[in-house]
Amino acid sequence: MTAPIETTGAEAGAQPEAVLSGVKKSQIEGRSLTQIAWMRFKRDKVAMAGGVVVILLTLMAVFSKPIQWIFNLDPNKFNQDLIDPALLAPKGGWGGMSWDHPLGVDPQYGRDMLARIIDGSWVSLLVAGGATLLSVCIGTVLGVVAGYYGGWIDSVISRLMDTFLAFPLLLFAISISASVQDGFFGLEGLPLRICVLIFVIGFFSWPYIGRIVRAQTMTLRKREFIEAATSLGARGPYVLFRELLPNLVAPILVYATLIIPTNILFEAALSFLGVGIAPPQASWGGMLSNAVDLYTADPQYMFVPGLAIFITVLAFNLLGDGLRDALDPRSK
Amino acid sequence: MKTRRVTAGVASVLALSLGAAACGGGGDDNDGGGNGKKDAALNSIVNASDKKGGTATYEHSDVPDSLDPGNTYYGWVQNFSRLYGRTLTTFKPAAGKEGLEVVPDLAEGLGKSSPDAKTWTYKLRAGVKFQDGTPVTSKDVKYAIERSNFAPEALSNGPTYFKAYLEGGDKYKGPYKDKSAEGIKSIETPDDRTIVFKLKQPFADFDYLATFSQTAPVPKAKDTGAKYVQAIQSSGPYQFQSYEEGRGATLVRNPQWDAKTDPIRKALPDKITIKFKVNPVTVDNNLISDKITADAAGTGVQPQTQPKVLRGKLASQTDSSYAGATQYIALNVNVKPFDNADCRKAVQWGLDKQSVLDAMGGSPKGDVATTLLPPSVNGYTKFDTYATEGHKGDVAKAKAALKACGKPNGFNTILTARSDRPAEIAAATATQASLKKIGINVEIKQFPSGKYFSNFAGVPSYVHDNKLGMLSMAWGADWPTGYGFLDQIVNGAAIKPSGGNNLMELDDPKINKALTDAIANTDDAARTKAWGDIDKMVLDNASVVPLIYRKNLLLRPESATNVTVTQAYLGMYDYLLMSSSK
Repeated sequence: MTAPIETTGAEAGAQPEAVLSGVKKSQIEGRSLTQIAWMRFKRDKVAMAGGVVVILLTLMAVFSKPIQWIFNLDPNKFNQDLIDPALLAPKGGWGGMSWDHPLGVDPQYGRDMLARIIDGSWVSLLVAGGATLLSVCIGTVLGVVAGYYGGWIDSVISRLMDTFLAFPLLLFAISISASVQDGFFGLEGLPLRICVLIFVIGFFSWPYIGRIVRAQTMTLRKREFIEAATSLGARGPYVLFRELLPNLVAPILVYATLIIPTNILFEAALSFLGVGIAPPQASWGGMLSNAVDLYTADPQYMFVPGLAIFITVLAFNLLGDGLRDALDPRSK
Repeated sequence: MKTRRVTAGVASVLALSLGAAACGGGGDDNDGGGNGKKDAALNSIVNASDKKGGTATYEHSDVPDSLDPGNTYYGWVQNFSRLYGRTLTTFKPAAGKEGLEVVPDLAEGLGKSSPDAKTWTYKLRAGVKFQDGTPVTSKDVKYAIERSNFAPEALSNGPTYFKAYLEGGDKYKGPYKDKSAEGIKSIETPDDRTIVFKLKQPFADFDYLATFSQTAPVPKAKDTGAKYVQAIQSSGPYQFQSYEEGRGATLVRNPQWDAKTDPIRKALPDKITIKFKVNPVTVDNNLISDKITADAAGTGVQPQTQPKVLRGKLASQTDSSYAGATQYIALNVNVKPFDNADCRKAVQWGLDKQSVLDAMGGSPKGDVATTLLPPSVNGYTKFDTYATEGHKGDVAKAKAALKACGKPNGFNTILTARSDRPAEIAAATATQASLKKIGINVEIKQFPSGKYFSNFAGVPSYVHDNKLGMLSMAWGADWPTGYGFLDQIVNGAAIKPSGGNNLMELDDPKINKALTDAIANTDDAARTKAWGDIDKMVLDNASVVPLIYRKNLLLRPESATNVTVTQAYLGMYDYLLMSSSK
């Protein structure tokens, strides 16, 4: 579908001769918004690096089990002969680093840290990604509807957003996570915990994106292309999904990449409070929360998952910033 | 103890949770420091001194429930309050096992019991006075018990064992509501120096109850209920010079105290100060830099401090004392498959307890437990019904037990743990890993410790509905005898619809009867032996899986003198003896 600022052949043709001299016809063909954005994005080396890291992390998360199998890593194998229980630290320096355990072992059980980081990646990314998807879906739909229709619909949805924003989210998250028991929706064990976390994190953060989408929709709905569509007889759903939504993709995409890291940290916070993923499944947040009690004895234990979260958050943030710059030149 | 209130059980668990934040000692034996050896204060008095003077300074990371002897459940206040309140009996201020011995304090001798152990008579020492010079009478003791046990509207913190055991205890409304001159009828005061307790059931541990700070005399004329803590009338060697709620207190010598009436207190320091709400790591650092005499909580240094004190020369100034508590897993006999004794035995044989201990923090946190009673409780008998090499578990025997229970390939079950207790979760994680080897798949579920007994693990219907087969548990006694330890956790009568502590739901008539019989037995030796026998019966039933005997890692600064660990008070230092060279 057309975007309001799409360059047309006529505009290109109107450019001064000097600029066009020596340029073949095909090169001055109109470029779509996506192409322009991609070009800008490619030029942004930092954002590209962030993007590559994000892709690698995603691959690691998706293929974490095969990777563990290939390299013979077991995240739940105890090696308590490698730790000094009295000092709450692995034997040897650097958190028990060795060729067998390149990132060391954890101080209570002697489990391989590398294996746990890899095994924890899919949990952390799945929870963060799932929660982001959930909040983006709810937020976009409600935001577009509120912004486009206005009136009492807008009032209802906006008050709903206010209500959700007023929730003491963390307390709510703790009580929900703690009270949901096995058999809920026919789920139990780890899948249940993951679903609960996705729900808790995603369901309560949709108003943030909802407000952004609503505001954006309100500015767009008065624009000429919308009026053109309506005057040609297009009705609500068509305008919403074919005219408005494509113009909202940029802010949504940017926002999504920026809240993924927030959600990773939120998962860490919930694990830290003991309502996250149940042991023995590794998750970055869970590892970090264990490490808090032991950091003076074994700083490495905190350093490794902390670094993993740091790299992920940074990569997503860089990617998000780059996307925003690429998609929305005015923000520069 | 049927009528013991739920809150009391919760409170003792609360007191335990303070212990959970602590860790114990251990590691290498290291000389030097001129302050004795590592663990020297466990069995001897370190830096023994008879020198009067100086100031003993205490700090605490929290506040007490109350310093009022009639309104406290905390072990350290029980210990500390002996400085300003003399109880009928108390634990001997002495090193090692001697510290578990009950000796007369305000009373001339131990209680004289009727043959049926239902009537107990104490004779008070002559010449004991309050700080204002009025003589202490048996009526003051009676009044102290009335206000502390029967007036929850004003003083709600303390245990209510007197209420539970005294005849008519359920009817008497307490001194603030019942203004009659005679008070509770089952405590008689025929003259100013005699006090007689009439119980509704035989109770041979009564001398232990008489050690509770609740028997420290309180003059009725000076009592102001909950506000009494602001103006406590001392009967001991120290009186309050100042007291600030939530901040601290300063104690100075009580001129009316006469050493001739008090054979157990040396009362060496001239002054004693205590400060509350000090950051726990600051308390540790003050101990290390010798700025204070002791951490009043007595639960040991923080985990972050542990490597610091165990690595260097400070190690010789540490004592790993038994905290009087056992960490164990309760196997609920009403949740399948643990209704089958062989399935329970599979867990007993299969569990690698050494791995559990290492995960919890190794030897500083405790020793591997094979009995329910910890070593610092009267009646502890050493035995190991499920002995395996190095406590590492025996896969073959566990598999045989699984076969006998009809589940040769193992089974799935759930293990609960308290989410705010990292050591308990560590124990659960290690349990999970070690049981996996014999095919028992354990799922760990975490619950907040504040509601653990009232809403989750202590509610049989919830446990059954959610099939919580294995329940993490830690328990310490209110008084250090087998009865004080066992009755609330293995007696069938302790199963409650909510807030119970018998998490196994163990209701074995033989065990119940053995408890009732033993507590009625006035023969000390026979009674003490009985506790070990009951412990064995519980382990034969296999529903309790003892994990570790918990320990505290205490640090004694160089200036602290007369330092010894008292086993009777949860393994903290004895504050009656403790003095300072500063």
